[in-house]
Amino acid sequence: MSENYQVSSAPHVRAKDSTSRVMLYVIIALLPASLFGIFNFGIRALLLILITIATCIACEWIFNIIVHKKNTVTDLSAVVTGLLLALNFPAGLPLWEAVIGGAFAILIVKMMFGGLGQNFMNPALGGRCFLLIAFAADMTNFNVVKNGVDVYTGATPLALIRNEGLNSVNVMDMLLGKTAGTIGETSVIAVLIGAIILILCGVINLRIPASYIITFAVFVFIFGAERFNPTYVVAQLCGGGLMLGAFFMATDYVTSPITPRGQIVFGICCGILTGLFRCFGANAEGVSFAIILSNLLVPLIEKVTVPDAFGIVKVKKAKEAKANE
Amino acid sequence: MNKYAERLYNGIIKENPTFVLMLGMCPTLAVTSSAINGLGMGLSTTVVLVFANLLISLFRKVIPNGVRIPAFIVIVASLVTIVQLLMQAYMQDLSKALGVYIPLIVVNCIILGRAESYASKNGPVESIFDGVGMGLGFTVGLTLIGLIREILGAGTFFNRPFLSAIEGFTPITIFIMAPGAFLVLGFLVAGMNIIRKKMDDRGTPLAEPAGCLSGDCAHCGQSAMCTGKSKEGEKA
Repeated sequence: MSENYQVSSAPHVRAKDSTSRVMLYVIIALLPASLFGIFNFGIRALLLILITIATCIACEWIFNIIVHKKNTVTDLSAVVTGLLLALNFPAGLPLWEAVIGGAFAILIVKMMFGGLGQNFMNPALGGRCFLLIAFAADMTNFNVVKNGVDVYTGATPLALIRNEGLNSVNVMDMLLGKTAGTIGETSVIAVLIGAIILILCGVINLRIPASYIITFAVFVFIFGAERFNPTYVVAQLCGGGLMLGAFFMATDYVTSPITPRGQIVFGICCGILTGLFRCFGANAEGVSFAIILSNLLVPLIEKVTVPDAFGIVKVKKAKEAKANE
Repeated sequence: MNKYAERLYNGIIKENPTFVLMLGMCPTLAVTSSAINGLGMGLSTTVVLVFANLLISLFRKVIPNGVRIPAFIVIVASLVTIVQLLMQAYMQDLSKALGVYIPLIVVNCIILGRAESYASKNGPVESIFDGVGMGLGFTVGLTLIGLIREILGAGTFFNRPFLSAIEGFTPITIFIMAPGAFLVLGFLVAGMNIIRKKMDDRGTPLAEPAGCLSGDCAHCGQSAMCTGKSKEGEKA
């Protein structure tokens, strides 16, 4: 009872939001994409997801024990990291590589920098990029065998567009997700269902994803391999991890700007970088590198987009006002 | 401990150029993609360092103070040229692997640093031991980094199959690329700091605060780590 009567400074009105609750919403929002991935790629995908999540939780738990810190596993952020990371794996990835990716994401990208809230880079993306460089062949091998039958062989839609032209892909399949790719990225619809859940629950707002996607679309419309072709833009938007990245990774609270204007600038940065990587880079995909590079710009973006406090007159305006007098 | 052994201990452990002083980072990060490269780079730097220390110490009374840095550079550059030509003649593979980093030993800050802070103020024999100690410290650092990167990134141990002999092992190629150098160096420095802290807590510090000779903290690269501000500067 006594804590109800504590005298303390503001704020006195509190929402029920807590880290674990926000993380729980994210997990729920990721379920459609995860379930579709399991349906699409078979039981192997489920195994990868479970193992990656287990690795992430175990790493955070053990690290906290070793450094004698309060255990933070219950805030569920490790689960989100593990799930997001697993959704970025091709379903055929060797399990021990997934374990290394999860351990890198949690131990090095997150815990070494001080745990949740201190990491300068999205842990899941850090883990993915580490694996992408470390095990390039396995991370870009999208052949999937389900029940002894080759379900998907060969390239992702983005690679097909790049190498064989727009006619080699079916945009409708890309929207539904019946294509090769990583576990969670193929189905745009499943990702969008999750995104709507996040927006309705107030976990994310549209500033980052909208500015990201619009910037990217404009960039591809102007600079893409097939210029000024709307179908090409739609195919690029539905292909690869763009939707997953824009709604679930670029919006990570810790590694995105806190200021409203900064969030828009951040989204534009992500969009331009993704466009550059996809149109002019060596690989067909560039979402994860674009987002982690933008993550590094966040302190700078926040510094130049600090909003004016209420009642403060801008120096320039104040000078003009003085001149007018 | 006599003063010669002290110089060796100082170079290899107490003021290890790689893990404690953080000097010579450019070759440390760039050439350590295998243990043999690290060893080669470390030893060639050691050779240059020992002879540079000897010569600078011998000439320390005749080099005018105003042009001492150019004079040091001339001595170091001559020695590096000798080493480079010898390597091209007798160790072609290593010479190719280390590439531009051999000529770059000229501007290696460990060598200039030792010349400036030790050899130009002490006798030839002490300076030789200082050079050997620092050089071996650098060699140990580079070889260790190279070894870890090679084992993880290529699965070999001094170019012999090691982890790669295990079936199903895929080399973690990121470790022989640039990011791997930063990761491995970071972990080794962190490990070194843990050891130092443990020894401090136990009351047997690994090293006295190093102090410095210039006393100019504002322009000192070590000021962030330096605890005993201008310790030797006050003495001078």
